[in-house]
Amino acid sequence: MNPIIVDAPPADGTMPILLSRYAECTIWLARYMERIENLARLIDVTETFVRSGSTVNGWQSIIQINADEERFFARHAVATEESVVGFYVTDRENPNSIASIAHAARENARALRPLISTEMWTQLNIFTNTVRALGTTDIRSSNLSALCARLKQECQTHHGITEGTFYRDQAWLFYLIGRNLERGDQITRLIDIKYHTLLPSVAGVGSEVDISQWTAVLRSAAAYHAFRRVVPGEMTPGTVAGFLLKNDGFPRSLSTCLRQLHWAVGHLRTDYGLKHGYAAAERIEELRATLAEQTVKDIILRGLHEFLDWVQRELRLVQGEIAQAFWPPMEPPPAPAPAQSQSQA
Amino acid sequence: MSDLTDRGTAQRAGLFVAYDTPDFFCELMNRKDAPPDSLALVRERLSRFDLPELRQRAGAAEAELYNLGITFTVYTDRDAIDRILPFDLIPHILTAAEWDHVERGVRQRVTAINHFLWDIYHEKRILKDGIIPAELVLGNPNYRPEMEGLDVPGGVYVHINGTDIVRDGDGRFLVLEDNARTPSGVSYVIENRHMMLRVMPDLAAGLDLMPVDEYGLRLRHALAEVAPQGVMDPQVVLLSPGIYNSAYFEHVFLAREMGVPLVEGRDLVVEGGRVYMRTVAGLRPVHSIYRRLNDDFLDPQVFNPDSMLGVPGLVDAYRRGNVTIANAIGTGVADDKAVYAYMPRIIRYYLSEEPILSNVDTHICAEAEGLAYTLANLDKLVVKPVGESGGYGLIIGPHATRTELDEFRVKLLADPANYISQPVISLSVCPTLCDAGVEARHVDLRPFAVTGRSTWVLPGGLSRVALRKGSLVVNSSQGGGSKDTWVLAS
Repeated sequence: MNPIIVDAPPADGTMPILLSRYAECTIWLARYMERIENLARLIDVTETFVRSGSTVNGWQSIIQINADEERFFARHAVATEESVVGFYVTDRENPNSIASIAHAARENARALRPLISTEMWTQLNIFTNTVRALGTTDIRSSNLSALCARLKQECQTHHGITEGTFYRDQAWLFYLIGRNLERGDQITRLIDIKYHTLLPSVAGVGSEVDISQWTAVLRSAAAYHAFRRVVPGEMTPGTVAGFLLKNDGFPRSLSTCLRQLHWAVGHLRTDYGLKHGYAAAERIEELRATLAEQTVKDIILRGLHEFLDWVQRELRLVQGEIAQAFWPPMEPPPAPAPAQSQSQA
Repeated sequence: MSDLTDRGTAQRAGLFVAYDTPDFFCELMNRKDAPPDSLALVRERLSRFDLPELRQRAGAAEAELYNLGITFTVYTDRDAIDRILPFDLIPHILTAAEWDHVERGVRQRVTAINHFLWDIYHEKRILKDGIIPAELVLGNPNYRPEMEGLDVPGGVYVHINGTDIVRDGDGRFLVLEDNARTPSGVSYVIENRHMMLRVMPDLAAGLDLMPVDEYGLRLRHALAEVAPQGVMDPQVVLLSPGIYNSAYFEHVFLAREMGVPLVEGRDLVVEGGRVYMRTVAGLRPVHSIYRRLNDDFLDPQVFNPDSMLGVPGLVDAYRRGNVTIANAIGTGVADDKAVYAYMPRIIRYYLSEEPILSNVDTHICAEAEGLAYTLANLDKLVVKPVGESGGYGLIIGPHATRTELDEFRVKLLADPANYISQPVISLSVCPTLCDAGVEARHVDLRPFAVTGRSTWVLPGGLSRVALRKGSLVVNSSQGGGSKDTWVLAS
């Protein structure tokens, strides 16, 4: 079977208490760190992609993925490398920039300092301070690839430190929920945009250009070599989308994200008696079933975009149900939410 | 250069070759008596450092404090700026005998303060006996009528107390002020020690230093001891104003050291006169609250109605005896600068003992005699507003210009009851790494006392150092730094 991180709850008989606010901040911390990594990957691949001259609207696609057309074009006339990279890396006015997301991650991490390990905090502190200090020189195209590599690595360092030091109780499960919600959401966005920008390619399916573009998509999800190994030979929009949606061994595929999400929500109930998660669990089960019972051909035939849209909507509802179950709004006045820069919803 | 030896034997060599302490009592180099061997050893080890080496280690320490987030945060509209409290690598050292004296003095003072608070919120004997003017207490803005008749568990009002202590030219310990509300800084005591042992392991090697690590454990025990009666396994929490508070790091630190949740007001809810916290498993009861929130913000139903930081209904739950709040509400009247002047009398009144630690001579400007004396000697005195903390609004006569003195005279006459005055103490100094080398800088000491069923004092305390040459103000908001405080066990 596919490996999954399995941990027994603490066996000393005491049930650790988790404040609702901590659970909420934990989900957001995980989501933001995952989001930064995905954005860094996307910028990196787009840069390679555009530099090789294999697309005309490469930079525009990042704007589409984040549904930021309105915000972006209110500030910039054209989507050039300079304007898009600035908008997505250093622009603090843009809530979807790495600088803004890192700030939000930091605020959540600050709130979680009583809970997370010192090593997690220290790395986040240094990382987010580094991001805060990024300037125009850092995002010049000659430095961009190195910057993306660094950002990606810092996020992976965060994941590693978290895996190695974060105490295994409910908070860990909420962390996994956040990470997989975000990862699942991001992969559907990537497929959605790329599929549609690539499909109408005049060169036609199977041409050189088409393959190099799909290669780029796979690379931006760190899926290229895995795909090559598992699906030798055939690289079509269908096989690539199928791999990213349905492959159970690939850690960033939608099906893997959903499986881990389901596992984490389930363990909240079985190990910690947190039964309120059932609505979210049921919704995830339905998502998984819907994904499992269709081939990728069926999905494409019935409308890939509509399917991905539906998945994103369902994931938002899962987050909403988890919120309702574990941090229900207080009767008046409503508490101000922890720092968030979520604007994709 | 002044003479190379002092009455206490220190040889000015190596690092200290240019060190000069005119007439001050220097805690390391000029103690005016023969220091114990262990202290002489530290002196000897330090003198063998060279300046670049010390600077390099100081730089490493500051970078580490920054990365660990041992910082206070200054928020602007655009950004959050993390600042570290400057940390000096040369420790502030107390001998075992000195510490024994300070510890007994602090414990005595805290005991007297708790007696005083019980009395003024119950029978008010000390007022009726005319020991202290009733108006000074009952008319004090920090006197809380809500506390009258409330029997706090164990009679403890001040569970955590910080006593600011200085040494004069003869090395005599004097209490400068009491901090009986929410004294801060204890996290730096412990973090400074950790940092010191990492960065200066060769300086501390083999020395028998009294440990500081048990603070969190002691605090948690004390807070459990004063929980409402009949609760078997009391839930302790730390109530913080949240991440935007400049002392948030300390709140995090203490919550972690105690192993209790750090909660904000919005995490707590009062139902049926009982306090609960909102957890993922629903509401969980809370029994003891270490609050790092001022009285004014605790409960919008009773105090500041605009407070978003507090918990509606908390004071009601408190008055019903369903929850313990530490420190109790209304302790600010005990650390008032005007009440301070009466502290020796308060100690004698309740404990029938002489104060172990003396006050600085204090003239109360609310009293005609005190005002006349202050006006006549303005250029020789430190005059402080009674309601301020953090070193704000005070004037140091000998350092002030004629214009400043004249302006201050007008303020003083307009509201004499707002001021006290004290002679300028020739504060003791410690060698401190400065831009020009190792120089003498003034220091003070804030020991922390934790009171549950009994009082325990954390060995040492927060040593603050005025980094500006000649400055007497050690507050972090006014350019102060800190040092590790070493209590030599032998």
